[in-house]
Amino acid sequence: MSGRTTPSQTVGPFFSIGFARLERTDLTQGAGADKRITIRGRVLDGDGQPVPDAVLEIWQADSDGRYAHPEDAAGLMAADKFFGFGRVSVNDKGEFRFTTIKPGSVGNPDGAPQAPHLVVSVFMRGLLRRLITRIYFSGEPGNQTDAVLARVPDQRRHTLIAHPTGGSGEILIWDIHLQGDKETAFFEY
Amino acid sequence: MKPLPGYRRPAPGTQPEYLHPPYVSSRKRAPTQPLVPLPDTLSEITGPIFRREIVAVNAFDLTRQGKGEPLGERIVVSGQVLDEDSRPIRESLVEIWQANSAGRYLHKIDQHDAPLDPNFVGVGQTFTDGEGRYRFFTIRPGAYPWRNHPNAWRPQHIHFSLFGPAFATRLVTQMYFPGDPLLDFDPIFNSVPDTAARNSLISKFDWTSTVPDIALGFRFDIILCGRNATPMEK
Repeated sequence: MSGRTTPSQTVGPFFSIGFARLERTDLTQGAGADKRITIRGRVLDGDGQPVPDAVLEIWQADSDGRYAHPEDAAGLMAADKFFGFGRVSVNDKGEFRFTTIKPGSVGNPDGAPQAPHLVVSVFMRGLLRRLITRIYFSGEPGNQTDAVLARVPDQRRHTLIAHPTGGSGEILIWDIHLQGDKETAFFEY
Repeated sequence: MKPLPGYRRPAPGTQPEYLHPPYVSSRKRAPTQPLVPLPDTLSEITGPIFRREIVAVNAFDLTRQGKGEPLGERIVVSGQVLDEDSRPIRESLVEIWQANSAGRYLHKIDQHDAPLDPNFVGVGQTFTDGEGRYRFFTIRPGAYPWRNHPNAWRPQHIHFSLFGPAFATRLVTQMYFPGDPLLDFDPIFNSVPDTAARNSLISKFDWTSTVPDIALGFRFDIILCGRNATPMEK
């Protein structure tokens, strides 16, 4: 080893000028006939106040559980295939919304398959490093055996699960609580 | 499937803690519960691989995004993006954004009483080359006041955003300038406990990249986390 990772610094209050060109709230390009879902929610601070200056970055597999990446499915990396990346800013009320497809169960080279999930980075003023979290889906049998969910204390596991609202199941709610009784489970990487 | 190696965790002290009380905004936004250690899974060792076509060919030159030339001191910011084992991060997206030479961002909530520059947007994008090298032409950003504490001023800085090869390697940071007297007083810069790591955020004046009659060169090398030699944890 000859160097150490450059320290992280906050995105600050004005990141939207730098992040706007890659904003991507519709991830469905290349997803074929897979059913569209919308995930929406709010980002709330330690006072329960909406955070008006946060951005989420999403990374997810396609409906077969494959990532468009050379270490998984290089064949998916063509421009017309499902990409799996989203960049979603909150609005002035701390609300975000993006449209995607539900990923399939993700294989693991040396373990049981993971339950369908999205990985999420959260950036904002006040965060000196990104927060890392995940979105899982309610009612998914694989949640019971997922190795990452199993590491989250029982009483906090629900903070990672998106719930459908209304009857159709096409809109799911998932909020991020930075602090407090409902604090979202964040990961150390 | 054969096990794939994951990525290394940062060396102690080289990354800021989430809660850094002198940085007031961290107090209500930093997590308070223990972080859950994340194993390496396929979800973290993969990540978005962007195609060069998404970036305009002139997006590396922030001095040519208006009708005329922006005001201020023209500079070249360049460097190499490597991993911890000195392997170049090739063909990888780099995004930057910054204030203009008067210390004002082209952003609706920036109310600093300093002029906007109609010829300066302050946003750049580029890709590293086959050796991990990148280069931007820009204007040296001004320092600006903020409300963290009485008479608080941010040192001159440029925001950098890098992806690298995986979700695990994502990094957003800030580049500073050598000799800036404000660095000693800046809670964001000083949030990094390790002195050498902190100082690695300060660019170096660089004759090699200085373009005669055009622009002074500043070199800023960036290191993304390296790969473990051992297979992923179960």
